[in-house]
Amino acid sequence: MASARGAIERTLAEIGHVLEQSLFAETLSRQAGVLQALDPRVKVVGLLSLLIAVSVSRTLWVIVALYGVALGLAVVSRVPLSAFVRRVWLVLPFFTGLIALPALFMTPGPALWSLPFGLVVTRTGLLTALFLLARVGTSVSLALLLIWTTPWNTLLKALSVLRVPDGFILILAMTYRYIALLLGIVDDMFLSRKSRVVGRLSTADERRLLAASAGALLGRSLQLSTEVYLAMQSRGYRGRPRTLDTFSLTTRDWAWAIGLVTLAALAMWLGQLGG
Amino acid sequence: MSTWMAALRRGGWTRLGVVYGLIAAWLATTAMHIPDGYLSPITAVILYALVIPFWYRGLQALRKQVSARSVPMIALMASFSFIIMMFNVPLPGGTTGHAVGATLAAILLGPDIGGLAVSIALIIQALFFGDGGITAIGANCFNMGVVMPYVAWWVYQAVGGNAPLTASRRVAAAAVAGWVAMTAGALITAIEFGVQPMFFTAADGTPLYAPYPLDVAIPAMIIPHMLVASVIEGAVTALVFAYLQRSNQAALQLNGAAPTGVAATGGLSYRALWVGLAALIVAAPLGLLAPGTAWGEWGSDEFAELGLSYVPSGLAQLEGVWGAPMADYEIGFLGNASAGYVLSAVLGIAIVVGLVWLLTAVLARRQTTTS
Repeated sequence: MASARGAIERTLAEIGHVLEQSLFAETLSRQAGVLQALDPRVKVVGLLSLLIAVSVSRTLWVIVALYGVALGLAVVSRVPLSAFVRRVWLVLPFFTGLIALPALFMTPGPALWSLPFGLVVTRTGLLTALFLLARVGTSVSLALLLIWTTPWNTLLKALSVLRVPDGFILILAMTYRYIALLLGIVDDMFLSRKSRVVGRLSTADERRLLAASAGALLGRSLQLSTEVYLAMQSRGYRGRPRTLDTFSLTTRDWAWAIGLVTLAALAMWLGQLGG
Repeated sequence: MSTWMAALRRGGWTRLGVVYGLIAAWLATTAMHIPDGYLSPITAVILYALVIPFWYRGLQALRKQVSARSVPMIALMASFSFIIMMFNVPLPGGTTGHAVGATLAAILLGPDIGGLAVSIALIIQALFFGDGGITAIGANCFNMGVVMPYVAWWVYQAVGGNAPLTASRRVAAAAVAGWVAMTAGALITAIEFGVQPMFFTAADGTPLYAPYPLDVAIPAMIIPHMLVASVIEGAVTALVFAYLQRSNQAALQLNGAAPTGVAATGGLSYRALWVGLAALIVAAPLGLLAPGTAWGEWGSDEFAELGLSYVPSGLAQLEGVWGAPMADYEIGFLGNASAGYVLSAVLGIAIVVGLVWLLTAVLARRQTTTS
C-alpha cells in the first residue's frame, strides 16, 4: 500500500502530520505540569541557556547529563516519555546516524575494531560520532520541551525578552496562523483532485498537478493578504502592532530562572574542563 | 581529474561505494536543514551576524514596496514558502523529493523580500516544529534565505536578459536559477560543515561537531545535490513559473518587474551577494583564533597531514579521491591553514560562478544564432 502512494498522497500525509504535530503540542502545553506553569520568558531563557551549554560542551558526559536534565524536566511536566524519547531516538539514527557512520572509520586515530572491506573503527571516530549524536539528540530534546510545553502564541510573545522586535513577532504569529489556513486549503485542493481521479497519475502528470496547485495557492495567498489587510485596517490597524502583555513573574518563576541559568552556567564550566 | 580515475582504477570500488554511499545519504536525509549540534557556537554566531543585515534589508524593501500592507503580505508569502517546502515532487522511479522554494520566492518577490519570506518559514519550522536547529537558525537562514535567493535572482536576471515575462526563455532562466541556487546553497552548507573539524576539535584531535573536512564535505554535499535536489528546485521553479505565465501574470510582476524589462534592482542585489559571500569567506577563519589548542597544534606541515590523510590506512585509496585537488595547493605554495581554507572557499565559489557564466554564455550565443 505504502509503495503505491504517489506524490499527492505523500503530500497529503505530510500535511496531516504537521497538523497532528501542532495539535499534539497545543494539547500538551495546556496540561498541568511544572514547565507549563512557568512564565514563558523563564522557559525561553532557561531552556535556551541549556541549549547553549550543550552546544559549547567539549565533554561527552556533560552532554549526557544535560540529556538527563531534559528527561527529568519532561517527567515533571508530564510529557509522555515514550513520545519524547521516540521522537528523538527513532528518527536520529536514520539522519545524523547515517551521516556520522563513515566518520567511525574515516577519522584518524587508534584502532578499536576491524570490519570487512578493510574498514577500521578508530577511537577518535567513535568519539566524534558519539559527540554528534549526543549533541543533536539533546538539543532536539530541549527544543521539543520548549515547543511541547508552551502554547505557540505565548512562546512568540516571550521572544520579546530576547529583544526580538514586536513587528517581527507579529509577522511570525500571523505566518503561523496562515500556515494552518493554507494547509487546510492545500488539503482540500489535493483531496478534491484525488476524489476525481481513478487509478494512478503518471509522474509527469503529478508534477504538472503539483506545479499548478502551487501556482494556484500563490494566487490565493496574494488575494488573502489583501483581504487580511483590509480586515486589519477596518479594526483600526495603522501599521504598528499593539500587544497585550500580561506576563508577570512570580517568586517561583524567579527561582526556576535562577536555577536553570545556574545549571547551564555550571554545565558550560564543566564542559570546558574535558577539552 | 586523473588522480580521481587512478584511485578508482586501483580497485577501491567497494570501499568507495560503502563510504561514499553512506555520506551521500546526507542528501536524502538532511535536505540542507542543519540541526543543532553540527556547527560550533562560534560558527553559529558568525552566521547569525551575517544574516541579520539581510533581514533588515528585507524589512526595509517590504516597507518601501507595500508600506502598511507589508505585514499580511510577508506573513502569507512566508506561509506559502513553508507549504512549498512540504510539497512532495515526484521523481522518476516512484520516489519523491522536496524543493526549498527559495528560487521561486526570489523570482516572484525579489531577493530581499523573497529571502525574508523563506527565512520566516525556516524560523517557524525551527521554533514550532523542531525542524532545523534553534542555534542553527542563522546558518539555515543564511544558506537558504540569503545565498539561495540572491544567487537565484542574479542567475535569473542574467539568463532571462531582456526577454518579456511571457517568453519561454524566462522559464529556462527560472530552471537554471533553481539549479544553480540550490547547488550554491549546498556548497556554502558544505563549507560550513567542512570547517568544523579544522577549527573545533578536542585536545586529542577529536572533531567536536560535523566530523568531515572540506575535501570530504564538499563533494559529498555537492555531487548528490547537483544530481537530484538542484534538479528538483529547478524543475519546480520552472513549472510553477510556466503555470503563472499562463494563468496569473500579475503574480510575476510582484517584484516590480515591468512586463518586458529587467527589474531595476538587479545590480544592487548582485553586489549584495558578493558582499555576503566575501564576508563569509573573510569572517569564518576568525574562528581560528577561538579554540587556542587546535590552532597551536598545527604547524604548516601538520596541516597538510590534516587536509590530506584524514583517512586511515585501510582507506588509503580514498585519499587521492577527495584530497587531490586541494592538497597540492596546501602543500605546494601555501602551507598555511587559514589561507588554504580561504582559498578553498574562494575556489568553490569560483567553480559555481564559472559554471553559471559558461551556461549564460552558451544560452546567449544560442539566442543570437537563432535570431
